[in-house]
Amino acid sequence: MASTITTPVAGDDRVSARSIGARLLSRPEIGSLVGALVILVFFVVTAPPFRDIDNTGTILYQAALIGVMAVPVSLLMIGGEFDLSAGVAVTTAGLTAGLFAYQFSLNVWVGVVIALVLALLIGLFNGWLLMRTGLPSFLVTLGTFFILQGLNIAVTRLASGAVASNSISDMDGFASAKAVFASEFQLGGITIKIIVVWWIVFVAIAAWVLQRTRIGNWIFAVGGDAAAARAVGVPVKRVKIGLFMTVGFFAWFAGMQLLFNSNGVVQSGEGVGKEFLYIIAAVVGGCLLTGGYGSVVGAAIGALIFGMVQLGVVYAGWNPDWFKAFLGAMLLLATIVNLVVRSKAEAR
Amino acid sequence: MVRWQNKAVAAGAAVVLAAALVACSSSGGKQEEQKSGGAAGNVANTPRIKVALITHSGPGDTFWDIVRRGAEAAAQKDNVELQYSADPDGAAQANLVQTAIDSKVDGIAVTLNKPDAVMPNVKKAVAAGIPVTVLNGGLDVWQGSGALGYFGQDERIAGEAAGTRLKQEGAKKVICIIHEQGNVSLESRCQGIKDKFGAAVENLNVNGTDIPGTQATVTSKLQQDKTADYVVGLNAGITLAAVQAAKDAGSSAKIASFDMSKEMVKAIQDGTVQWTVDQQPYLQGYLAVDSIWLYRTNGDTIGGGQATLTGPAFIDKDNVTAVEKYAAAGTR
Repeated sequence: MASTITTPVAGDDRVSARSIGARLLSRPEIGSLVGALVILVFFVVTAPPFRDIDNTGTILYQAALIGVMAVPVSLLMIGGEFDLSAGVAVTTAGLTAGLFAYQFSLNVWVGVVIALVLALLIGLFNGWLLMRTGLPSFLVTLGTFFILQGLNIAVTRLASGAVASNSISDMDGFASAKAVFASEFQLGGITIKIIVVWWIVFVAIAAWVLQRTRIGNWIFAVGGDAAAARAVGVPVKRVKIGLFMTVGFFAWFAGMQLLFNSNGVVQSGEGVGKEFLYIIAAVVGGCLLTGGYGSVVGAAIGALIFGMVQLGVVYAGWNPDWFKAFLGAMLLLATIVNLVVRSKAEAR
Repeated sequence: MVRWQNKAVAAGAAVVLAAALVACSSSGGKQEEQKSGGAAGNVANTPRIKVALITHSGPGDTFWDIVRRGAEAAAQKDNVELQYSADPDGAAQANLVQTAIDSKVDGIAVTLNKPDAVMPNVKKAVAAGIPVTVLNGGLDVWQGSGALGYFGQDERIAGEAAGTRLKQEGAKKVICIIHEQGNVSLESRCQGIKDKFGAAVENLNVNGTDIPGTQATVTSKLQQDKTADYVVGLNAGITLAAVQAAKDAGSSAKIASFDMSKEMVKAIQDGTVQWTVDQQPYLQGYLAVDSIWLYRTNGDTIGGGQATLTGPAFIDKDNVTAVEKYAAAGTR
């Protein structure tokens, strides 16, 4: 090792340029990225079908099913709030579009727009109630979760007389809506579902908003310290309500995927428990439960880890009884790695 | 000091050992488990093939455990490597079918209880030249999928059989317990009962993953509706909770059930449960795998393009003894 003598950098030492390595290490998603690579290598070694590049499409699709919702959920968590109603809201949106179009014999797109309005209203309600009452979002959205779960079955039964929405696959506009929300195409032998493309687009937009715009700064600010943010003029109320409405918008999108991917029929009981998967993806991706820290890209990697593990266990031909235990261990491991990397980065 | 300690330890160990010997149970426990038939014996000399069994079961469901045992028994005989996977979520189950296609398996046995989500990938598997059999659910849609055969019960017919029997027994008012919100099969069973029994059937929604809560709900229902004289549970665990609930409510309502379990056998022998409608899950799993092997080795299909029904079969006081030992082994 030959030591090189460096000339001291002229200028203010408080704004010295940090090395690339230190900058990388201080990113919230670095821990999950390392984890994802480890898991990828692990399954490439242990599961032969995992090596087949043609199967990438299946894994990406599994990841996108969680990943699309992990985008707004991670933004919301950085903003310091939870949404436990996110899972059933997806089902609510899908049911609304299907039932509305069918019962009133409208073009499918009308149902899609109505569902969007309703999903945004659910987000607005969550955000408004939170700001109005000052209750923890955990409680507010838990209430919404139960209300929606109940409405899903009650309204579906009232409208269709059954526990699933009526099929809208033979109605006007179905084909074009399916093309937008739930089609697939070939890309060099890999079948890519359109939701994977949308997911990447959404992650890119959300990451840009978070890192490069004033709104992104506001989100970090309200999650870090709402009172301080309010003191410096951040519109805390508008930001938080906006975040919940963003969750609503994405729930609508995921709901449309659910509807058009399954021939225009949605089972009213689905979606329960999904909200935790979105939160898991965000946490594995480096979001803190306390808010003020995290990244959208990290949440996307978290969803990818989830998809890889879920299908990797199957591809490897293992007994799926072990999947949940494996998942729990992975979750703990990922969060511990995040913690270690973060404390190392801060020590530099 | 040390010697005294050694003595004490030896004495303590002796006491524990003696207690353990005295405390041996004369009945029950591991000692009474029997090896079920079908799992031993010769293996077919046909080439080894890989078959995926993909269900919509949630984790830890007894019913699906029995289906899996049947499938494994067939796999063992037929020199098949069985890959089991399951997901209650429609989209995720469809993706599991895709992973089986990706893994280039030699056959797929799949449940079509969520046909709208899973069907496209089943068709994809058929198009890829993989023989597919359908089990348990999807009776009215499987024929359009290109599958070789269907092994299961028609839930509506099973419900109707139960409804007819309830009428014969002179029931006045029936409570039908639905333990999973939005499950089409369960709805069909209660609807079938209604079709044959008449209007005096009331559905009661409970959360099937919460047995104590289920028991409390049924108790309060029986306290509220004194006219109910028959309660039907749609799986063994729920029905046994209903038995307890009827006791708690001081109700004299009779109890009937769908599906089987070890405890159900005892309950029928005791007379706390009148009868149960069995759909033979073991057979469903067995035939779904075995028929793929038959197709692979001899080009055979079962059922002539029609569903092969594995139920309904009534199990009551008269015939319960015949299935007792199989239920104890976890295959009925």
